[in-house]
Amino acid sequence: MNYNWNWHIFFEPNPTGSGTYLDMLVSGLWLTIKTALLAWIIALIFGTVIGILRSLPSKTASWIGFAYVEFFRNMPLLVQLFLWFFVLPELLPRAAGLWLKQLPNAPFWTAAIGVGLFMSARVAVQLAAGIASLPRGQKQAATALGLTLTQGYRYVLLPMAFRIIMPPLTSEFLNTVKNTSVAITIGLIELTGQARAMQEFSFQVFEAFTAATVMYLAINIIVVTGMRFLERSLAIPGYITGK
Amino acid sequence: MIEISHVNKWYGPTFQVLKDCTTSVAKGEVVVVCGPSGSGKSTLIKCVNALEPFQEGQIILDGIKVNDPKTDLPKLRARVGMVFQHFELFPHLRIIDNLCLAQEKVLGRSHEEAVAKGNKLLERVGLTVHANKYPAELSGGQQQRVAIARALAMDPIAMLFDEPTSALDPEMISEVLDVMVDLAHEGMTMMVVTHEMGFASKVAHRVIFMDKGEIVEDAQKTDFFGSPRSERAQKFLSKILSH
Ligand SMILES: Nc1ncnc2c1ncn2[C@@H]1O[C@H](COP(=O)(O)OP(=O)(O)O)[C@@H](O)[C@H]1O
Ligand SMILES: [Mg+2]
Repeated sequence: MNYNWNWHIFFEPNPTGSGTYLDMLVSGLWLTIKTALLAWIIALIFGTVIGILRSLPSKTASWIGFAYVEFFRNMPLLVQLFLWFFVLPELLPRAAGLWLKQLPNAPFWTAAIGVGLFMSARVAVQLAAGIASLPRGQKQAATALGLTLTQGYRYVLLPMAFRIIMPPLTSEFLNTVKNTSVAITIGLIELTGQARAMQEFSFQVFEAFTAATVMYLAINIIVVTGMRFLERSLAIPGYITGK
Repeated sequence: MIEISHVNKWYGPTFQVLKDCTTSVAKGEVVVVCGPSGSGKSTLIKCVNALEPFQEGQIILDGIKVNDPKTDLPKLRARVGMVFQHFELFPHLRIIDNLCLAQEKVLGRSHEEAVAKGNKLLERVGLTVHANKYPAELSGGQQQRVAIARALAMDPIAMLFDEPTSALDPEMISEVLDVMVDLAHEGMTMMVVTHEMGFASKVAHRVIFMDKGEIVEDAQKTDFFGSPRSERAQKFLSKILSH
C-alpha cells in the first residue's frame, strides 16, 4: 500500500479558512457533544414520563407507553431522522413547513430531538424494568402512609429505580453519543462529518479517522467515569443491588 | 372504629378472595386475624385502608366510608398505620428520613417538627442510635420496629399489621412483639394478622379465624382458645400450637 502518513496534517490550515484541520475536528467534537447532551436530556425527560406510564396499573397509560416505545424503538434511527427532517415539513401546513425548513441550525435541532426521542424509548424500557423490579410492598407502603401516587413515585419509587438502572443508563448514554453520528445524513457536520470532510480535503483518511476515534473514545471515558462517580455517590450504605 | 360489612371481593372474573366478610373493631380493641395461608387475611386488612379495592359491601373507618368514590383516600390512609411483613422501609432514606417523609409530605409538618417526633418514636422503640443509618444496615427486627415507629409518627387512629413477625428470624420476634404489646396496653386500636398465638392470648380482645375467604370464626379470645366452634379452626389451632 502506498500511503503517505502525515501526522502533521492536523496543524496545517484547512481549505475552508477556519483554521487548522485540528480546529475543524474540534469544532465537530463540540457539535457532537452538544447534540449528544441535548439528546440525552430529551431522552431522560421523555423516557422518564413514558417509563412511568408503562409502570402504571391503568390500561390506557400502559398502552400509550407501549405504543410509544414500539414506535420509536423499532423504526431505524436513520429513517426517523429522515422523517423529522424531510417528511415532517412537507406534511405540515405550507407556512409551518417553510418556517421549519428555514430554521437556523435545523440539522442540529432535528438530530438532537430525533436521537433524543429514539433513545427515550430505550430509557423508558429500562426505567419501567427498574420500577417493576422493586418489591410490590414499596408502593403499598408509600400509599399506606398517605402519599399520593405522584408523591410515591417522586419520593419512593423513582429514587430507587434510577439507582438500580444506573449501569444500563450508562450504556444508553454512550449509545446516544454514538448515534449522533447518524445525523451526518441530514447535514450535521459533527465529529464524523468533520473527519470525512478532512479526508476529502487532505486525503489523509487514516489520520482523520484515527483522531475522530480517539475523540469518541475520550468522550466515552468521560461519560463512563462521570456515571461511575454518580453511581458511587448515590450508593446506599449496606444495600446490595439485586437483593 | 372499623366496621366491615358484607365485603365481597374478586380477583379477576371468577376468583372470589373475600366472601361476605363482616366484622368490626371497636376503639381501643385489639383483634387478631389468623387462618391458613391464602385465606384472604392480607386482602381483608388491605381493604380497610383501601390499598385493595373491593366490589361489594362497605367498610366504614372512623365514620368515613372507605369505598365511597368521594372519599379522600390519601388523607384517610394517613390516619391508619400499616405494618407489612417485609417492613418496606424506603432503602434510600436514612432511618430518621423514613420517619419524616410522610409527616412532611402528607401532614405538612415542618422538618423540625417531624424530626422531633421521629426521634421521640425512635427512642420509644429503642433505636435512637440508629437514626442516621440506612435500613439495610439494620437487622430485620430493628427494621420492623422502625416500620412501626414510621406508622406511629403519623398519629394514627388505628394500626393494621400484616404478619409483622413472620419474615423475622426467631430470635428477633420478641423485640417486635414487645413493641406491639406496649401499643395494645396503651389502648391503640389494632387489627393484627399473625400466627403468634402467644401475642393473641396476651393482648387480643377478639380473634378472627379466616379460611378460603370467609370469616369462619369471630370470637372473644377466651372463647376462641377455649372452645373454637368450627372444625376448621380447631384443626388450624392444633396445627400451629403444636409448633
Ligand atoms: N393481586 C392478586 N391477584 C390475584 N390473586 C391474588 C392477588 N393477591 C392475592 N391473591 C390471592 O388471593 C388469595 C388470598 O391472598 P392473601 O389475602 O394474601 O392471603 P393470606 O394473607 O391469608 O395468606 C390467595 O389465594 C392469593 O393467591
Ligand atoms: Mg398474607
